[in-house]
Amino acid sequence: MAANNFRHALFCSIITLIISYPIIGFNLEAQGINVTLTGADASTVVMVLLAAVIVFLFQLFRDQIMGTLRSLPHPLPQSSKEPMAENRRAKIESWVLTGIVVLALFWPFFVSRGAVDLATLVLIYIMLALGLNVVVGLAGLLDLGYVAFYAVGAYTFALLSQYLGISFWLALPIGALLAALFGLVLGFPVLRLRGDYLAIVTLGFGEIIRILLNNWTTLTGGPNGIGGIPDPTLFGMEFGRRVKEEGNTSFHETFGIAYSGEHKVIFLYLIALVLAVFTALVIRRFMRMPVGRAWEALREDEIAARSLGLSRTAVKLSAFTIGAFFAGFAGTVFASKQGFISPESFVFLESAIILAIVVLGGMGSQIGVVLAAIAVTILPELAREFSEYRMLIFGAAMVLMMVWRPQGLMPMRRIHIELKRQE
Amino acid sequence: MLVLEDVHTHYGKIEALHGVSVEVKKGEIVSLIGANGAGKTTLLMTVCGNPRASAGRIFLEGKEITNESTAQIMRSGISIVPEGRRVFSGLTVEENLHMGGFFNTKAEIRKSQQHVYELFPRLKEREHQRAGTMSGGEQQMLAIGRALMSRPNMIILDEPSLGLAPLIIKQIFEIIGQLREEGITVFLVEQNAHQALNLADRGYVLETGKIRLHDTGKNLLENPDVQNAYLGG
Ligand SMILES: Nc1ncnc2c1ncn2[C@@H]1O[C@H](COP(=O)(O)OP(=O)(O)OP(=O)(O)O)[C@@H](O)[C@H]1O
Ligand SMILES: [Mg+2]
Repeated sequence: MAANNFRHALFCSIITLIISYPIIGFNLEAQGINVTLTGADASTVVMVLLAAVIVFLFQLFRDQIMGTLRSLPHPLPQSSKEPMAENRRAKIESWVLTGIVVLALFWPFFVSRGAVDLATLVLIYIMLALGLNVVVGLAGLLDLGYVAFYAVGAYTFALLSQYLGISFWLALPIGALLAALFGLVLGFPVLRLRGDYLAIVTLGFGEIIRILLNNWTTLTGGPNGIGGIPDPTLFGMEFGRRVKEEGNTSFHETFGIAYSGEHKVIFLYLIALVLAVFTALVIRRFMRMPVGRAWEALREDEIAARSLGLSRTAVKLSAFTIGAFFAGFAGTVFASKQGFISPESFVFLESAIILAIVVLGGMGSQIGVVLAAIAVTILPELAREFSEYRMLIFGAAMVLMMVWRPQGLMPMRRIHIELKRQE
Repeated sequence: MLVLEDVHTHYGKIEALHGVSVEVKKGEIVSLIGANGAGKTTLLMTVCGNPRASAGRIFLEGKEITNESTAQIMRSGISIVPEGRRVFSGLTVEENLHMGGFFNTKAEIRKSQQHVYELFPRLKEREHQRAGTMSGGEQQMLAIGRALMSRPNMIILDEPSLGLAPLIIKQIFEIIGQLREEGITVFLVEQNAHQALNLADRGYVLETGKIRLHDTGKNLLENPDVQNAYLGG
């Protein structure tokens, strides 16, 4: 056993050397028209060796280290305690949530513009993750191409505003419905596939949509993207310094206050907040409805669910479509926030990040997903000082998380559905 | 009630049922016995439309269901307790039962739930327990209870005694007898040939995808061939 561990540890540290020395150690430098290869300086070599030693020691004592990691107390100890009375828990939860939302309403007026902007992005990810949570967490369908529906929402708004001058508020439902329609049409042929096969096919669909957007240059502008996407208006009031559209007024003039670029940012944040809350509430509602129970039943045991008369296609398709709908929502907000979109915003990595949020949050749990969305969006920003190593830290955090708490931050507490006693 | 006429079923190119004809009349208990791999489960699943019969016709209460979808068939007054119980392990006992009454009104669900708890008091005691943490016998009771929630006219059971202790088996067979009293038609597949034929009005013996014998339960019990092959001599 010990010898085996030792061999394994040695192997791992050699691999570390082989991988890291060429990547970190070698430098290609342009000198005139030639490129010269320079070796690493002494300090880099020492660092690489040190890394190899650390890997070696970690692998050697891996069992002990993992053991202590697992036995660490959980940060949310109540999950192991007896569950509270169902009603009381629900009441406390809704009070806490209401409190958070109220706080979130006033918060942007006291912080910097950058923070509000980042928070808007967090809210967009919350919407996306809540939507994907329906597909992956509740219905158990592994969708790796979710970003496609996000793209449909964003491009719908961008194209509608560019060609038809349609405003944000009209584009919002259109974008979401169109994304839902895409979900319906794409979902229909693939949903009889299971597990890995479904994952691969959805991955393909995600890429097809992106490549289509990239190459249909006449319509979408291809890799150049679409710019000049208008900001949302508030009852016909624009937030820019000057009014762009005929018939609109400007926000600061109407209220007689000085123009500030912050108004627009805060307004967008508030829209995103309202939409995120709306998303959460609607999905919560769905979870309590029969269709929510059908998702769960089909995920738990397909044969049993079908034996009860549930239609596999209808149930899966409903989850897929609802998930796509909210991705379209998020896409519209995203397009409006950025003012410019291109296929680059809708690469597979986005799908992967949204999926990571759902998994980290604890499949199926809404609060968990919200927390994970905040963590996953903000952590890389906080780690900006280590800019090059952000993704490294991000990845390490995920690995640690999965070792330590594989069920996610807040595993789903199933909503208990009780029929009112007749009395 | 249920009629199969010369039904063939294929898994890919392999034919698992070679023309099976079975009839279950209203109010009867009919048992189907056969060795492992004879095609008993296949026969029941073909009735449910999954897999679909490749030839032959199936009628339920006079209406042809051969080409209907599984979802449609399972909503027309027939319930199945699938092989291996297949309860929703993450759901509580009560929620499992509610899934069984998915297409019924709340009032109907409440009533059937009451009824199931009367049949199986043990389920009432475990109402809020996760189904996956229950014993095999309890899970089987739950699977039967769940199938009864939609108030079926006919119930199909695939080896309900599988892996259970004699005492529980006895209890389950008593319940099956009770279902007949309530007017529910029962189609029972069993390895436990003795008890199944004892209880049954009529029985079928399935051998490698074909019906070999068909008689009353009593006659089959006394048939020397059946005794040799299925009753341990
Ligand atoms: N999904 C499937 N794909 C291919 N062949 C199958 C499938 N299911 C069953 N078979 C084959 O069909 C034949 C009948 O199987 P079936 O499960 O109906 O037997 P059974 O009588 O229910 O057996 P047991 O008593 O063990 O449950 C077997 O030869 C089996 O290998
Ligand atoms: Mg079987």
